[in-house]
Amino acid sequence: MNISYMYSLIAVIILFLLAYVGVKFPGGEVFFGIIIPYLALIIFILGFINRVIDWARSPVPFRIPTTCGQQKSLPWIKSANIDNPSTTGGVVVRMILEVVFFRSLFRNTKCELKESDKISYEWEKWLWLFSLTFHWAFFTVLFRHLRLFTEPVPACVQLVAKLDGFLQIGLPGLMLSGVALLAAVTFLFLRRILIPQVKYISLGSDYFPLFLIFGIAFTGILMRYFTKVDIVGVKEFTMSLVTLNPHVIKGIGGVFYVHLFFVSVLLVYFPFSKLMHLGGIFMSPTRNMVNNSRAKRHVNPWNYPVKIHTYDAYEDEFREKMIEIGLPVEKMIAPETPEEPEEKE
Amino acid sequence: MSDVPKPDELLSNIDYRPSRTGWMDTPVDIQKGIYSYAANPKSVEYVGLPYPRQWNPIEEDWQLPENWKEIISKGFRERLDRFRSVKVFMDICVRCGACADKCHFFIGSGDPKNMPVLRAELLRSVYRNDFTTAGKIIGSIGKNFKKIIGARELDLQVLKEWWYYLFQCSECRRCSVFCPYGIDTAEITIMGRELLNLIGLNIDWIATPVANCYRTGNHLGIQPHAYKDMMDFFADDIEEITGVKVEPSFNRKGAEILFVTPSGDIFADPGTYTCVGYMMLFHYLQEKYGFDITWSTYASEGGNFGFFTSHEMMKRLNAKMYAEAKRLGVKWIIGGECGHMWRVIHQYMDTMNGPADFLEEPVSPITGTKFENAKSTKMVHIAEFTADLIKHNKLELDTSRNDHLKVTYHDSCNTSRGMGLLEEPRYVIKNVCNNFYEMPANTIREQTFCCGSGSGLNAGENMELRMQGGLPRANAVKYVHEKHGVNMLSCVCAIDRAALSASMEYWVPGVEVTGVHEMVGNALILPGEQKRMTDLRSEPLPGMEEDDAE
Repeated sequence: MNISYMYSLIAVIILFLLAYVGVKFPGGEVFFGIIIPYLALIIFILGFINRVIDWARSPVPFRIPTTCGQQKSLPWIKSANIDNPSTTGGVVVRMILEVVFFRSLFRNTKCELKESDKISYEWEKWLWLFSLTFHWAFFTVLFRHLRLFTEPVPACVQLVAKLDGFLQIGLPGLMLSGVALLAAVTFLFLRRILIPQVKYISLGSDYFPLFLIFGIAFTGILMRYFTKVDIVGVKEFTMSLVTLNPHVIKGIGGVFYVHLFFVSVLLVYFPFSKLMHLGGIFMSPTRNMVNNSRAKRHVNPWNYPVKIHTYDAYEDEFREKMIEIGLPVEKMIAPETPEEPEEKE
Repeated sequence: MSDVPKPDELLSNIDYRPSRTGWMDTPVDIQKGIYSYAANPKSVEYVGLPYPRQWNPIEEDWQLPENWKEIISKGFRERLDRFRSVKVFMDICVRCGACADKCHFFIGSGDPKNMPVLRAELLRSVYRNDFTTAGKIIGSIGKNFKKIIGARELDLQVLKEWWYYLFQCSECRRCSVFCPYGIDTAEITIMGRELLNLIGLNIDWIATPVANCYRTGNHLGIQPHAYKDMMDFFADDIEEITGVKVEPSFNRKGAEILFVTPSGDIFADPGTYTCVGYMMLFHYLQEKYGFDITWSTYASEGGNFGFFTSHEMMKRLNAKMYAEAKRLGVKWIIGGECGHMWRVIHQYMDTMNGPADFLEEPVSPITGTKFENAKSTKMVHIAEFTADLIKHNKLELDTSRNDHLKVTYHDSCNTSRGMGLLEEPRYVIKNVCNNFYEMPANTIREQTFCCGSGSGLNAGENMELRMQGGLPRANAVKYVHEKHGVNMLSCVCAIDRAALSASMEYWVPGVEVTGVHEMVGNALILPGEQKRMTDLRSEPLPGMEEDDAE
């Protein structure tokens, strides 16, 4: 058994029990329903900002984009302004493609050694596809949840919910995003334990968020389709949080508090973990810089003078030999030590 | 190469399944054939880097300074504060593993610590332990918990692991093309090597070229008279082959352009033929158009092994280019065919040693083309320069003189992923030779594979490593060799010319290596030249053997 995911799984189960049992104690609903979520949100926001500021505090001394296409050089050579941006516009498009469509991951290939001596590289789309599904599904679920935090519910939120449930299966209607999220998380987990190399590099901190997000999606689906949570009560409660007039509503049920607690834990965990890739990708110097370092000087704020071996020192060492072979020199050899007659070029 | 396993042995040794024990529990095992020798203390001392000493990687005691942990920790902090890249890349990796099988050293060795993600984790684990809140809190609960979040303390074993694997990365950036966040292992290796250099842990194949370059202007330690001697020797060769006497000039004040190329072109076959190609091109342009260019013995190195040592050492060596351009009073600079040299020029030089306000914006004196892309750095790649000449029909070429060659082109890592020079060399090649075949798409352009010996790993004692790392490139060459009969692998990098020659001999016998400008030299019709019987390697041109016999 791999301790990395066992520990993570146990941690999530403990969190589940903590919330499920905890709300049954006096004051438990206030603690898990109001205090923890508020605290979590504050930690998330401050933690996130703090991390981004911390990154921003370190300068980018050199212009180091990873160029993935033709540079802009001669006018008749077509340059790849997105994969090797020569303008800010190119960088913006590159970043959009990266953040929204995972452009780099789309390139992914799988390398195999075949017939003992032939290496092949096949397009490997699954990681890209499921990662994209995961992020988009998560985003859609999150966006749909705005209906619990707004009154009246904006039309765009209603529209997304409508599109999300367009299959109209069952009642309440099946939301595709929830199912997709669960499927994608499952895929991402399975590849971590089934692909030997990925298993080898995976840490507890890689499994933990997967289990946690699985738990969030699972409890959400449970409430919506099976335990049929009192949605009117939930909305009354969430609106009380939004309006900073928090009060607990009786009878929402344990699963709801588990769901809320998982989300809170995720929020707290976020700024201190790899999940910060959400902010980090925007700060990645290999992606967010224009490749124009020969056309426009990039300034390094901490550039300092260094010791160099000057031409004079060089000539001092080699002057005789240089003169002998007819290389021009700055200073001729002083007349008092003439090894051979002075020559002029 | 006597100790190196045979190619089929090396192939059958590759096992991509990682060991059963976790990587933190697998101690480093420094293997002969993989590691490079320790830096010669004289070289370290010559450039004033700290802790020069005799030490041996395979001995237990590395003669480290007493407070080495403190030095590393302080150095790490400094670099986190100076480089956003390091800080961000330490924090945001999600270990998706997309980079794992993109590294030529992993593909060729199967060693899991050669997966870029794990190479970086070697440093990240220490970073988490020493510099992150989560690491400190969770680490204080207990050692097991530390492991779960991938944190560990820096100890001698960890340090040795760093050293061993940071000198098994050629800073080629292929992984960074595939990383969804653009995490660049080259950045991590560069930082890691800087840290190692703080306690005197360089390898000799980097440290000695650095010292040589500092003193004589070039890595090979060629002194000015020997440099000129060698070029005179090339001039004689050219005269023999073409009947034309070329006279390159050196250290000449008032020339319009300074030319800087890697010293490998002067002293190492087959790079020397590329050098001959440059000399012929410059002579041609001088005769036809009054082109005015000088070579320098002081700035006689384009390459920069300082880049593989530290940012500071890179700057110290690179400074000679601008210094010499200023001293000679030239207008701008042309740079020869080299890989990492061009990453340094393109992404670092102006920032480090600029502004070059004493130079002029480069304009080709022959075509009038303004090299707008180089208007600040004032340095133009020779492939850009030559492509422009050909486009404007300024060169008389007899492409049939390359008809004995079936050519493919190897993009060098640094010019493709640290610059984007992809079409210029291809345009030149296609205009000087008639048989050109591309290798498979996943192995060229931005997805190109390292020669296996970049970033100072081109030593002799680590030949097994080099052949492992060279496998993916060689395998793609083998494909076009078998499919199209390709017999010449062209490139624009001096390390490539040296490294690929060894790799081809080992993996794909029958394929030779050439620089692009060697083929230009073959095709270029010099004014007043005699009928050529041989190519620049003094091998008979096709059809000429029979002429001799008749």
